[in-house]
Amino acid sequence: MSDLVTLFVGMALWCHIWAMLAGMDSFQATIDADGRIEPRDAMPEGYRKTLIRQIAQHAHSEIIGMQPEANWISRAPSLRRKAILMAKVQDEAGHGLYLYAAAETLGVDRADLLDRLHSGKQKYSSIFNYPTLTWADIGAIGWLVDGAAIVNQVPLCRCSYGPYARAMVRVCKEESFHQRQGFEILYTLCNGTPGQKAMAQDALDRWWWPSLMMFGPPDAASTHSEQSMAWGIKRHSNDELRQRFVDMTVPQADVLGLRVPDDGLLYDEETGRYSFSEPDYEELYQVVKGNGPCNQQRLANRVKAHEDGAWVREAAAAYAEKQELKKEESAA
Amino acid sequence: MIEPLWEVFIRSRRGLSHTHVGSLHAPDATMALRNARDVYTRRQEGVSIWVVRAADITASSPDEKDEFFDPAGDKVYRHPTFYQVPEGVDHL
Amino acid sequence: MSDLFEYTLRLGDDALIAAQRTAEWIAAAPQLEEDVALGNIGLDQLGQARSLLQYAGQVEGVGRSEDDLAYFRNERDFRNLQLCELPSGDFAHTIARLLYFATYQHLLYEELRMSSDETLAGVAGKAVKEVAYHVDHATQWVLRLGDGTEESHRRMQSGLDAMWPYTAEMFASDDLVRRLAGIAVDPSTFADEWSRRITQVIDESTCSRPESSYQHDGGRDGRHTEHLGYLLAELQHVARSHPGATW
Repeated sequence: MSDLVTLFVGMALWCHIWAMLAGMDSFQATIDADGRIEPRDAMPEGYRKTLIRQIAQHAHSEIIGMQPEANWISRAPSLRRKAILMAKVQDEAGHGLYLYAAAETLGVDRADLLDRLHSGKQKYSSIFNYPTLTWADIGAIGWLVDGAAIVNQVPLCRCSYGPYARAMVRVCKEESFHQRQGFEILYTLCNGTPGQKAMAQDALDRWWWPSLMMFGPPDAASTHSEQSMAWGIKRHSNDELRQRFVDMTVPQADVLGLRVPDDGLLYDEETGRYSFSEPDYEELYQVVKGNGPCNQQRLANRVKAHEDGAWVREAAAAYAEKQELKKEESAA
Repeated sequence: MIEPLWEVFIRSRRGLSHTHVGSLHAPDATMALRNARDVYTRRQEGVSIWVVRAADITASSPDEKDEFFDPAGDKVYRHPTFYQVPEGVDHL
Repeated sequence: MSDLFEYTLRLGDDALIAAQRTAEWIAAAPQLEEDVALGNIGLDQLGQARSLLQYAGQVEGVGRSEDDLAYFRNERDFRNLQLCELPSGDFAHTIARLLYFATYQHLLYEELRMSSDETLAGVAGKAVKEVAYHVDHATQWVLRLGDGTEESHRRMQSGLDAMWPYTAEMFASDDLVRRLAGIAVDPSTFADEWSRRITQVIDESTCSRPESSYQHDGGRDGRHTEHLGYLLAELQHVARSHPGATW
């Protein structure tokens, strides 16, 4: 009897392993053929974990990123700017939502991911730990931070994981106005009063280096990069994307008539590319560790919104339950 | 307390079918529909919305994809290109 | 100051101040879906404010733009209802105000679509659809909070009660609207219908309609609560720090 059970269990286990191996084969074949992995496909645990971490942190960045800009909705200096900024910050909530939904297809729940954000177990982009001190910062965020985000995100539209790629297509499409509105804010300031122009230069001075660091540590020090590239989650290296961003952005600064705060910036006629100084990565590590100017504030605001809203979410759930019961009673 | 997940389908304009656009959380169907309107049609993406509780969807399994989908592969006669049309025959 | 200018300011200021309060919820709402929903409502209100203030500027005829009117008038020059400027409070207070205010706006805009003033009629025609959605959103939440948990019921009732003393001001009729007969809507004409609609929602939510109480007024004459000063200080400070600048 027990032999028979052992035999069955053994067979079942073997079949399971065989099916998994077959699944993994088709996983690698799909990746190699530049195809898309879909939620219920077999996938290596590392792939799943890497994606959950990356998509969640991306989603966290969207919703924490609402704060530095929402900070200026009430003070936007014209009603047109106010409307644009409201729409933009609102879009970011939407983008967070799309991304959490993409992460959920991997078998995690949004509530758990939010808990991981709130408890500090998962990070968000360090750029949002810098303060928005003047109205020009709203321009700089749109132009530089969204500009860098677009450089980062466009390749993600071809990410090997289908739901993430699709979410990113939507995000990129909607974000196309975000960068332009930022540039337009600065362009207007740069063609305005001397006070306005100084405000714009000050914003560029403060946001330039943090923006370059949005692409992460230099390739030599990047821990997850190689595996992510092999899995088709990441398509270009940190340094490659950083270079692309600088090449794209410096000529735009010239149009604004602003000075990029890097004495080492040099245009290479031959390659058509800029060489630039190394950002202070020690600062990046400090901000990642929690020592940026706004780390505590951003997280505290986020946790407060979540906790203040708990009774509302509970009420909605209780109401839904009551309605279900009523429906069942009337059906019975 | 975990709010149910809803899948959202949108008809982008009259004459087209509803297409899956994403998902969201809502306590019940009424709110799910409203949330879908707010989240997924901010840029006039739709004229009609369906929401379906994600848990109510029965999906085919990737493990079964061979027996589900391969048998259709050799039925080339279902496609118009399978047939030879003599020259001079139009509108066929 | 012409009657039509004054009347348009009333409507425009209501929408502007309401938008400023609604926007406070973006990045602070109980759930992400609600950040987006309140964002839409705030954007609708702000859109109405811009159309109305722009028109007010035209009517006035001295070259003031929507921004001149929003950013360079002082507390006593604002004509909005006090209801709109009250602090947002908790989510239930915000929803209570939205129910009262959006239901009022809906009835107002429905009538205003028939105004002999083409611009006002046009603004109302667009806005009536927007505020119908705001009424629906408020209604859905009043039902859920009122008939949700004990705590949410208590908070919803407290929100409805707290906003109540600022509701009668919406329906005050005065010489100005009477002089503008055919152009403006006399809000006293739909006070009963408003009362019927909100009572229905409140009853269904298992909350009680607040008892009649002392009612505040003064907003239409530029007498406001202390809260408006702070709201305007925040709204206006960047624009006023750079006189003559464009943005």
